[in-house]
Amino acid sequence: MSIKQLSIFAENRPGRLNNITHLLAVNGINIRAMSVADTKDFGILRLIVNDADKAVAALREGGCAVTVSKVLAIRIEDKPGGLAGAMQVLYDNNVSVEYMYSAFVSEKNSEAYLILRADSNESAEQAFEGRYKLLTQDELLKM
Amino acid sequence: MGKYWNEEMECMEPDKMRQLQSERLVKQVKHVWDNVPYYRKKMEEKGVTPDDIKGIEDLHKLPFLSKADLRDAYPFGLLAKPLSECVRIHSTSGTTGKRVVAFYTQHDIDLWNDCTARAITAAGGTKEDVVQVCYGYGLFTGGAGLDGGSHKVGCLTLPMSSGNTERQIQFMEDLGATIICCTPSYAAYIGETVKKMGKSPDDLKLKAGIFGAEPWTEEMRHEIEKSLGIKAYDIYGLTETSGPGVAFECECQTGMHINEDNFIAEIIDPDTGEPLPDGTKGELVFTSITKEAFPLLRYRTRDICVLTRGKCACGRTLVKMAKPMGRSDDMLIIRGVNVFPSQIETVLLKHSNASPNYQIVVGRENNNDTFEIRVELTEEMFSDTIRSIEELEKKIAGDMHTVLGIKAKIRLVEPNSIPRSEGKAKRVIDTRNLV
Repeated sequence: MSIKQLSIFAENRPGRLNNITHLLAVNGINIRAMSVADTKDFGILRLIVNDADKAVAALREGGCAVTVSKVLAIRIEDKPGGLAGAMQVLYDNNVSVEYMYSAFVSEKNSEAYLILRADSNESAEQAFEGRYKLLTQDELLKM
Repeated sequence: MGKYWNEEMECMEPDKMRQLQSERLVKQVKHVWDNVPYYRKKMEEKGVTPDDIKGIEDLHKLPFLSKADLRDAYPFGLLAKPLSECVRIHSTSGTTGKRVVAFYTQHDIDLWNDCTARAITAAGGTKEDVVQVCYGYGLFTGGAGLDGGSHKVGCLTLPMSSGNTERQIQFMEDLGATIICCTPSYAAYIGETVKKMGKSPDDLKLKAGIFGAEPWTEEMRHEIEKSLGIKAYDIYGLTETSGPGVAFECECQTGMHINEDNFIAEIIDPDTGEPLPDGTKGELVFTSITKEAFPLLRYRTRDICVLTRGKCACGRTLVKMAKPMGRSDDMLIIRGVNVFPSQIETVLLKHSNASPNYQIVVGRENNNDTFEIRVELTEEMFSDTIRSIEELEKKIAGDMHTVLGIKAKIRLVEPNSIPRSEGKAKRVIDTRNLV
């Protein structure tokens, strides 16, 4: 039930984000969620895109260091306490979050999507089962 | 064709070789004394005349020549033949001051080609081979040197020069090149490009490579051998003594055989100038005993290395020189500590995932040296989290500290972001201007 996330290494210098987003734009890749983790010297740009394989090929061709990892995309209610409920489930099941960020995709105004990587994605999936909707790669493509 | 190009010289009994060197030295000293006023003056200052040089045992009596002498005497001051008898010049890249220009008669070119023919033969080359020379052609000695040897052996020679790497690989594939000659950094780059083009070593017929003109490590040799599917042979030379082919490696890959019938090699203490016994580390000094136009006596190479005598498993008796352990003039002094770029390369290649492409950046802030090593991140090294990248930086920094004795900031940079020259790699940026 996990989806593909692209992580791109980017040095902290002018033009790097411009270069990466330009590569995606000219290849017709749509970004559905993103986050940036940064240090003084470099950052890791994490992306959820509509066509991960095509994006990886385009970025590698453009000379970027890219890796693909598995993350979960869960649907939560867009209201106070919506995120807290999901975190409670993970805590109760002894699962730690490595990182998470919100996604742009949403079918309805009352829903939000969260991209999440846990110390064990399998345990997180089991914890969410029956309580929260997890997006598949195909569902993501169609949204 | 056997495994030697010139068996008589390459496998000569040591006593006989010493005798030959003595005879040639005596003759050469007289030739220089008669024709090179610059060197004659140096000899007179030292109180030496050709009569004092009766054989190789008297070599130490002669004054040294250095790169500074070559610059002082530029362009014709060390010429020992009339220009009308010279047929060629070659020149250094001149990155460290005024360029050095060397002259050749046809006799000198023939001897030089004989030396590189030995190197090609030692790498398994015969007239059946297709030799792709991707050293630069022109003033640089690399292209002309290997080209001449390749012709002499009778190989089909592809005079590609350097650059346009994808075309190089296309020619290699289409014409079935079996031996490649270039700088080791360019060989590594070709290896990367082969992979990038979606090809593998199996698509090429290459079996051997002859690489020189810049320092490289054993680790780099293994990388190149793997990426091109070849056996990589080292070759040594410098423009001042003719070019590549002063020494060459045999299949044993345990040092380079010096062509002693043309060059007498000595190891000296770089500080005192005293000759050191075989097996001792010191500065390599060459005396050309056969060159006519530009015969340098006791030329200080600034290469730090070791000589080993004794018959090699390949059958050659020529003395072997170790891969230079650094040049006394590209050594960096950072925070008072001596640093050789080759040490840094060795550390980086130990991290099996580390790309050999790196750059050393030395600067000065508040009277303190800054020392940064930029390392290109490879796909394999990169993982999803900041933490793992920072751990890798820390691990490399720790190993650097152990090997170099000083701390360096390790900075991982994006793939292909360090400028790659297609000839010599620009490894060091030193902005301190301490001179």
